Amino acid sequence: MKPVDHAEASSHFIEATAHLEFHDRRLWDLRLKRDRQAHGIPEWEELRNLASAIKEHTLSHLADYLEEFEARAKSNGAQVHWARDAGEHNQIVYDILSAHGAKTLVKSKSMLTEECDMRAFLQTRNVAVIETDLGERIQQLDDEPPSHIVVPAVHKLRGDVSAVFARTIGSEPGNNDVHYLAEAMRRNTRPYFLAAEAGMTGANFAVAESGSFVVCTNEGNADLSANVPKLHIACIGIEKVIPKIEHLALFIRLLSRSALGSPITQYTSHFRAPRPGTELHIVLVDNGRSQRLGMKDFWYSLKCIRCGACMNTCPVYRRSGGLSYGATYSGPIGIIIDPAFDIRKYSNLPYASTLNGSCTNVCPVKINIHEQIYKWRQVMAARNQLPLVKKEAIRIIGKVMSEPRLYRAAISAAGLAFEHLPRFAIYNWLNPWGRQREVPEPPKQSFRSWYLENRAHQ
Amino acid sequence: MTSRDAILAAVRANQPTPATPVPAVPLFERTARPLLEAFRETLTSMGGKFAPPLDGADLDALVRSLFPEAVVICSATPEVRGTRTLDAGVEPTALADVDVGVVRAAFGVAETGSVWLSEEELKVNALAYLAQHLVVLLDPTRIVGNLHQAYGDPRFKTARYAVLVTGPSATADIEGVLIHGAQGVRSLTVALVPL
Repeated sequence: MKPVDHAEASSHFIEATAHLEFHDRRLWDLRLKRDRQAHGIPEWEELRNLASAIKEHTLSHLADYLEEFEARAKSNGAQVHWARDAGEHNQIVYDILSAHGAKTLVKSKSMLTEECDMRAFLQTRNVAVIETDLGERIQQLDDEPPSHIVVPAVHKLRGDVSAVFARTIGSEPGNNDVHYLAEAMRRNTRPYFLAAEAGMTGANFAVAESGSFVVCTNEGNADLSANVPKLHIACIGIEKVIPKIEHLALFIRLLSRSALGSPITQYTSHFRAPRPGTELHIVLVDNGRSQRLGMKDFWYSLKCIRCGACMNTCPVYRRSGGLSYGATYSGPIGIIIDPAFDIRKYSNLPYASTLNGSCTNVCPVKINIHEQIYKWRQVMAARNQLPLVKKEAIRIIGKVMSEPRLYRAAISAAGLAFEHLPRFAIYNWLNPWGRQREVPEPPKQSFRSWYLENRAHQ
Repeated sequence: MTSRDAILAAVRANQPTPATPVPAVPLFERTARPLLEAFRETLTSMGGKFAPPLDGADLDALVRSLFPEAVVICSATPEVRGTRTLDAGVEPTALADVDVGVVRAAFGVAETGSVWLSEEELKVNALAYLAQHLVVLLDPTRIVGNLHQAYGDPRFKTARYAVLVTGPSATADIEGVLIHGAQGVRSLTVALVPL
């Protein structure tokens, strides 16, 4: 398979100016809201340290906690299944559904089922799968994957949604009123909730001591999916487990504040045991996670609680859109997860970053995202996965940077060049930094020459 | 080897070492301001509303005055009669036509503006989602400060289903425009009624 070309895919996203501007602004707004929430909690940094430590503790004892979770869940009356990979997960889900004669499945958002491409698998076996999160449903009806792990259709404008709904659920063509569109989806979805034989949720957290799991939504769609049909299937990645109920306080305090800048999601739902007369099935899924756990530099990514804060703050993500990553997970967290799934297909993704470190600074569980991105670049370089132009450029930069005299000469030449070169020599196809942006004014003086003039004699 | 055993063996072989200890989590207790005031402010910011004070009127009249057009009022608490009685054996789908659901919360959380509900309070969990509107009775003396204190409640270990509800169903999935009543209730009104 050809590697995903993120830069090429982003160029199409960038062409749609109105979309690009909205996308950039909307996600930055989420970042600012996150900051306001974080600054309102004096112990915020302590919460991050504790959440990180609890995740690292759990991952270093993961097998024991998984066994504890399984035993508790079983004693609560849930049925527990284990899936090594996506294929086994999909088959298990299908077998549960067919044993119940279920033909319609209402589900809430789950990145894990995206990872497993479950919808396609079930639909070819005549199970109708209805996504019930508004953004996820928009993406399903438009036959596109989610472009963001929290706000799946954030790359679309209201006109796009209106066109999708007019085409697929019979809403009024050309009616772009957001309230109307949301109401149209509410009315379209309600009958499915009432008729579906089965409901599915993911899980944000699974608690070992109680065998329960937690789902956070704003729409209440997970609670409808789980509380109306007689069958509830929950698909849970094995890294979601945490030791105790009291630990939930930390993660719930951090999650929605980091994701959307709200103190909590509208619904934080704890499922421990099936309702009387119904069944609860839990599918614990590995799909590469146990292998990633053994990667010295990269296992930290398993701490992720999928808040999307790193995406919202990333200048590359905001200006290229999630779909350009060509993977289930996009943005900074995607860059460090995706290559573990397919190192060749995602060999270019680690370059979709400025390494500014903002992702690491906002991560609620303190994953060293930008350092991992850098390490993935080293892995790709060692595997000879670099495109030729990049390889040559890096070779030259490496040479220049390693020799102070060469570096100084280059800097002063670059300054002169920017000052004296005509516009067309800077803004052309050879210089990607000159596209869609103005190159900043070069400083009049380098730091070194300023220092020699002003401070060296002191 | 079963998938279960294969996964556990792979996890065990790959778990990072050295294993790190589990840290103690403080309760971060603060007495900055009255809990009810904080609860009111946060829930309002999350789209929740508050019923006017009861002032001796009966609860049925209060609910009726909030929703004068409602046809079906279904209450999970004996404190409100409503128009339809609810017992735990009712099929969830039978609640599809409920205009207003009424329930008494076990407690509230000031930090997040949340109310705590479980199958004990709801009788039929779907009441909180299939109804068009939800009215929640809350004893103003039963508000804890933050989520650390909330998660200390032993009922988290015994409830089959427990939920922290914070305002009505909401979405901002289209252009960030806030909509109440995405899939669940269109409004949530808290009535502060002592037990």
